[in-house]
Amino acid sequence: MLDKNGIAKRIAQEVQDGYYVNLGIGIPTLVANFVREDIGVEFQSENGILGMGPFPLEGDEDADLINAGKQTITTLPGAAFFDSAMSFGMIRAQKVNLTILGAMEVAQNGDIANWKIPGVMVKGMGGAMDLVASADNIIVAMMHTNKKGDSKLLKRCTLPLTGVGCVKKIVTNLAVLEVTPEGFKLLERAPGVSVQNIQAATEGQLIIPPVVPEISI
Amino acid sequence: MINKVVSGAAAAIEGVQDGQTLMLGGFGLCGIPENAISALVASGVKDLSCISNNAGVSDFGIGLMLVKHQVKTMIASYVGENDVFEQQMLSGDLEVILTPQGTLAEKCRAAQAGIPAFYTPAGYGTEVAQGKETKEFNGKMHLLELAYKADFAFVKAWKGDTAGNLIFKGTARNFNACMAGAATITVAEVEELVPAGQLDPNEIHIPGIMVQRIFQGANYEKRIEQRTTRPNP
Repeated sequence: MLDKNGIAKRIAQEVQDGYYVNLGIGIPTLVANFVREDIGVEFQSENGILGMGPFPLEGDEDADLINAGKQTITTLPGAAFFDSAMSFGMIRAQKVNLTILGAMEVAQNGDIANWKIPGVMVKGMGGAMDLVASADNIIVAMMHTNKKGDSKLLKRCTLPLTGVGCVKKIVTNLAVLEVTPEGFKLLERAPGVSVQNIQAATEGQLIIPPVVPEISI
Repeated sequence: MINKVVSGAAAAIEGVQDGQTLMLGGFGLCGIPENAISALVASGVKDLSCISNNAGVSDFGIGLMLVKHQVKTMIASYVGENDVFEQQMLSGDLEVILTPQGTLAEKCRAAQAGIPAFYTPAGYGTEVAQGKETKEFNGKMHLLELAYKADFAFVKAWKGDTAGNLIFKGTARNFNACMAGAATITVAEVEELVPAGQLDPNEIHIPGIMVQRIFQGANYEKRIEQRTTRPNP
């Protein structure tokens, strides 16, 4: 089974040279720590920065320099600032190559829910609806089941949707899966996790190829 | 040269009335118009509709206006990490219109640019689409979204001049640059106000025509919401 860093490491393998990447809050943020150093990648944060760098050294925090999670950050050489309309312009116009975000539920048709639990939690969608509606290449990073042990990979989402038919790939603590017209196609399994384990934790239609390699990170 | 300078925050909010719609710049607590918010709280104006990406925290930013029950409707994309907000929303004291962040930004920009409406794919197939016209372009469904109409826009910049020209710093540009000029009256507060001619015209982010009133802000707290660091080597 993978931990959160393991999920981030596996997703980092999907990041290619020349990519502009938007990272959501939570596990997606960790992906930046594991991207190969010999490729050129720029991280975009939707509050208005390209070329985001690591957290500042203690004492160097700047209130005017944060990411979309409101964390203090730094810039890397080549960074640029812009306003929120231009930020979502580059997202809508698909200039951002890869979007990595978390989810509460994903359905086998690619629907995603991650912004509201009616009667329990409403924080708002932030930029998630814009990102999932526009991005061509969306990877969801999440645990395979919720805290109650229920599957988060469903036939249909039960929570209010963030976007429809948009998720392409999912990396969980148990597996790497691809959204296909027939259902979730199992691509890889986490170390020590059997196909049966994954089947038991997946409520949606799971398509199991004859050979399912182990995730290598 | 047209002089846009007013004496301070109290003069800058003159004319704000109960029931009006206000835009407030900033992302989280980054780049919020701290001085204007203080003056609005002191004025006691109420039944406001506020358009802002966030609603501050319980004891800072728009949170200060919520504590005094001055806001009737909040239009925002993300309202987490604010207990007062959550209580008022759950009790029904506060009407909340959650709007996708890019849509919110573009509804400001459209108002700024004189465009009455636009199509965007954000929110198609979700609660956000309820009651909205849809249309297919290039095989993809879109929602019709209208430009905002606001009485006042309160923005905060790093530097400004007496002609109303603005320069922002870092990620504090965010919604401030989209809201400037998007309301009937735009009020800009700046950390450093200089005479016209002292800012390089090549470096101005928002031209003074978008701004009706400008003033030198005071006592900026510039609170950090999530102070994250890495250890010194």
